[in-house]
Amino acid sequence: MIGLRLYLAQRLSAFLMAPLVIGHIATMIYAVQNGLTASEILDRTQGSLWWGAFYGLFVGAVSVHAAIGLRAIAFETLNLPVRWLNPLTWTVGMVLALLGGRAVAAVVF
Amino acid sequence: MREAAEALDVKVWRGNAHGGGYRSYSVPAQESQTVLDVVTWIQQHAEPTLTYRFACRVGMCGSCAMMVNGEPRWTCRTHVRRVLDGKRLEIAPLRNLPVIKDLATDMAEFFDKWTGAEGVFHPTATRKDAIAPISPADPMRQLANEAVECINCAVCYSACDTVTANPSYLGPAALNRAWTLQNDERDGAYAPRLRAVSADGGCFNCHSHQSCLTYCPNDLNPTASIAGLKRLSSTSFLRRGRTR
Ligand code: SF4
Ligand code: SF4
Ligand code: FES
Repeated sequence: MIGLRLYLAQRLSAFLMAPLVIGHIATMIYAVQNGLTASEILDRTQGSLWWGAFYGLFVGAVSVHAAIGLRAIAFETLNLPVRWLNPLTWTVGMVLALLGGRAVAAVVF
Repeated sequence: MREAAEALDVKVWRGNAHGGGYRSYSVPAQESQTVLDVVTWIQQHAEPTLTYRFACRVGMCGSCAMMVNGEPRWTCRTHVRRVLDGKRLEIAPLRNLPVIKDLATDMAEFFDKWTGAEGVFHPTATRKDAIAPISPADPMRQLANEAVECINCAVCYSACDTVTANPSYLGPAALNRAWTLQNDERDGAYAPRLRAVSADGGCFNCHSHQSCLTYCPNDLNPTASIAGLKRLSSTSFLRRGRTR
């Protein structure tokens, strides 16, 4: 049950994510030096507006993209009733944005 | 001529909307035999009450489609030897459509979606006006050409897993037809059709996995037509704002 707006939101978020994913993977390989721990990474990234913006955009795009993708799976594969689709899409999007937002906030502040 | 003594092991689904199952028949094999020939032989020699649908027998009318060894086919143009699995042939009513009886499905929903996608020509001229000259070289005419030879057989509709998963999805045939009309200069319903095909059950539900294209007996490419509709709807939305 995907109409024009959801389709466009999903395509545009994919369009944003394509370079961000590559940047993210490259950073992971480059940045992880002494094991993958939050403090090890925050030590070097904290206070950076640039990384905050990079991951802020990433988290936004992921939240939109994954919420719409899961909506289609929930409807087509799990037969979730139509009336549950909008609540599900919003909930998934908000939860992802919140979880990702916490990490981004830790980088910036 | 092959010996008639050679027999095909044919299973045919028999039943109605409440259920049914396969029955086996032994049918003499013949040279250049089509699946429709086999069904007809069974009805004439073994099972007079067997119900199935056909008309033209030459791939024009689109009424004879059935599942043959699990895949949707136009039976009048499908040679047995091309689809035979050993000597086994399993024939069932088209998938994704309700059964009326035996091999005949209820096509009402298929055609309702056809009109739901505005797959209907809306004339802009009367019979008193001159016929609009459209050059065969016209780019829009060429786009329509590629998609226009549809015989409404519902093979693609039956092959589409998105139709199975999402009963409100308009499906490949209806959307393919809508695409030809969006490329018809003489048609007067461009905007309403764009709204119809971009609504909730419309073109944006297509996953582009191309089963429709794989099975269309006329080698049409509904996936490409649907991609065209996605493009038209998106650009019209981005250029002019809301389309509905
Ligand atoms: S490409 Fe689209 S219309 Fe064709 S089978 Fe896949 S989902 Fe159905
Ligand atoms: S697009 Fe092809 S498979 Fe689908 S109804 Fe038309 S002719 Fe049949
Ligand atoms: S009987 Fe007409 S298409 Fe097969």
